[in-house]
Amino acid sequence: MTVRVGRSALPGLPLTLAVTSTWVTLIVLIPLAALALRPWSLGPVGVWQAISGPRVVAALRLSFGAATLAAAINVPLGLLVAWVMVRYRFPGRRLADSLIDMPLALPTAVAGIALTALFAPQGWIGSLLAPLGVKVAYTPLGILVALVFVSLPFVVRTLEPVVMDLPADAEEAAATLGATRAQVLWRVLLPALAPALLAGFGAALARGLGEYGSVIFIAGNMPMISEIAPLLIVIRLEQLDYAGAAALALVMLLASCVLLLLLNLLQGRMRSHAP
Amino acid sequence: MPASSPTRRTLLGASLGLLARAGRLAAAERALLNASYDPTRELYREVNPAFIAHWQAKTGDRLVINQSHGGSGAQARAVLEGLQADVVTLALAADIDALAKRGLIAPDWQARLPDNAAPYTSTIVFLVRSGNPKHIRDWPDLVRSGVTAITPNPKTSGGARWNFLAALAWAQRQPGASPASAEDFMRELFRHVPVLDTGARGATNSFAQRGLGDVLIGWENEAWLVRKQFGADAYDIVYPSLSMLAEPPVAVVDKVVDRKGTRGPATAYLEFLYTPQAQTIVGKHFYRPRDPAIAARYAARFPALPMVTIRDFGGWQAAQARYFADGGLFDRIFTPGR
Repeated sequence: MTVRVGRSALPGLPLTLAVTSTWVTLIVLIPLAALALRPWSLGPVGVWQAISGPRVVAALRLSFGAATLAAAINVPLGLLVAWVMVRYRFPGRRLADSLIDMPLALPTAVAGIALTALFAPQGWIGSLLAPLGVKVAYTPLGILVALVFVSLPFVVRTLEPVVMDLPADAEEAAATLGATRAQVLWRVLLPALAPALLAGFGAALARGLGEYGSVIFIAGNMPMISEIAPLLIVIRLEQLDYAGAAALALVMLLASCVLLLLLNLLQGRMRSHAP
Repeated sequence: MPASSPTRRTLLGASLGLLARAGRLAAAERALLNASYDPTRELYREVNPAFIAHWQAKTGDRLVINQSHGGSGAQARAVLEGLQADVVTLALAADIDALAKRGLIAPDWQARLPDNAAPYTSTIVFLVRSGNPKHIRDWPDLVRSGVTAITPNPKTSGGARWNFLAALAWAQRQPGASPASAEDFMRELFRHVPVLDTGARGATNSFAQRGLGDVLIGWENEAWLVRKQFGADAYDIVYPSLSMLAEPPVAVVDKVVDRKGTRGPATAYLEFLYTPQAQTIVGKHFYRPRDPAIAARYAARFPALPMVTIRDFGGWQAAQARYFADGGLFDRIFTPGR
C-alpha cells in the first residue's frame, strides 16, 4: 500500500478551499481592505485628528464600554436561560425557545422604538422608574438595555449545545464523591462551560459594538454623553466626510479585531487545558 | 480578418431598430424621480398628480413621478452615490451645493429659478403643549430652569440647522451681544435639550409621542402638521420675536436628466411649483407660498414676523464652516473647557 504524503484525507479539499478563500475574499476581505485604505487620503496627521478628538474618544469609550458591559450581563443570564431550556421540560418551552430568537429576527429599529416607548418617562416601565429617579431612555443606561436585548440570543445559542453535551454523569459522580452543589458548579460545570461562555461573550460583544438601529432611538445621542461611535460615523457620512468616517470605522474595526482575537486565543487555551 | 458577416450586421441593425422603437415607446410614458426631504411627503403627494395632468394637457405625454424621502443630507448623499433623481427638492441650499461641488448640478443652479430657487418658504417656530403651561414666548424662555426643548442634531438634520441658526440669530442681536455671549446662549440652550434625534420627524415623535420636552423647535409646516394630526387643541404654536426665513430649494440634477433625456419635463416640473395652482397646494400644506396673491389668501395662517435669512450669515458655505463643521460652534458647545 502506498501512502501519498501531503494530501489531506478529506475529499475535495482543493476545490472547497478555493471556493472558501474566494468567497471570504469577495465578501469580507475586499470591503474591509477598501475601508482600511479609505482614510489615508487625509494624511497621517488628518487621520490622527479624525480619531483623537474628545468627542470621538468619548463615543468610542461609550461604545466599547456599553458593549462589554452588556455582554458581561448576558453571560450569566444567558447561561441561566440556556440551562433551563436544555435541562428542564416545562409547558410553553417551545414558545419560550422561539422567543429567544426574536431579537435576531426583529428589525433593530423596531426593537429600539419599542424599548424607547417602554422606558421613556411616560412609558410603562419608565413611569415606574421615574419616581425612583432612574432614567433609562435617553441615557447611557438606555444604550445598555438595548444592547442586552439584542445580544442575548447570541449567548444563549452559543451555550445551548455545550450545555446539552455536558455529561450528567460527571455531576452525579461528583455528587457521589461528596461534592456540594456549589462545588459541582464551580469545579465541574463552569470549567467545562468556560470556553463556551467566553465564545458567547465574544459574540455578544461583537454584536453590541456594531449595533446602531436599536440604540439610536433610545440613546438620546448627546455628544460626549450618549453618542455611540457608529452614530458618529453616520454623522460624518452626512457631512460627506467619507475619509473621516472611514478613519473612525477603521479604529472600531481594529479594536474589535484585537478583542475577538484575544477572546479566541483565550478560548483555545482553555480548551487545551480543559479537564 | 473575420469581419462581421452581412447576416450578423442585419441582425444587429434589426435589434438596434427594435431597441430604438422600445425607447420611443418608453418616451411616451416617462418617469421622473424627485428626491426630497422628510416633511414634504404630503405636499408632493398632492403636487405630483396636478403636474402630471398639467404636463399631459400640454404635451400629450404621460408622466410618472416617483418620490423618495429621507433626511435632506442623506438624500443628497444618495444622489451623489448614484440615486437617479431627476430633481432634488431639499431642506437647505447647502445640500444642493454639495451636489454642485461634485459636478452633478451646474454651479449657478440657484439663479436658474426665481426666488433663490426656493418656490416655498417656511420659518422656525415653537410648538408647545396645550395652553402653554411653561409660558414659553421667546428664545430666552427656552433656557429658563425647568424648561426642556426638543431639536434634532444639526449634524444630521437640515431642519435642525435652521433651528440652530434661528436661535443664534436672536442671541446675536441682543443688546451688548458678542460672539462669546451668543456662544454662551447656544451652550445654555443645548443644556436644555434632553435628546438629539437624527431628523426632524424623529424630534417631532419624541415630542408628540414620547411626551418629551416642553417645547419643540421646528419647521412651521411641521408644527401645523402635528396640530392637524394630533388635534389642534393638543398643541399651541408660538412665534418667537425673531426667526429664520427657511428657504428649501429645488434643482434639476443636470447629470441625471442629460443621461435620461428628461430635462424638459424635469424643468417644467420645478417651474410648475411657482404657478398659482401649485402655490395654492403649497399653502394648503402649511408652507408659505412665494406668490404674494396666494400668500395673502393664507395670511391668517402665516403671521408676519421679523426673519433673518441665510444671507445674513454669509450664505450656507460660511455658516456650515463656522457652526456645523468639525470643530465648529456646535462641536464647541458640547466639548467641555473649550
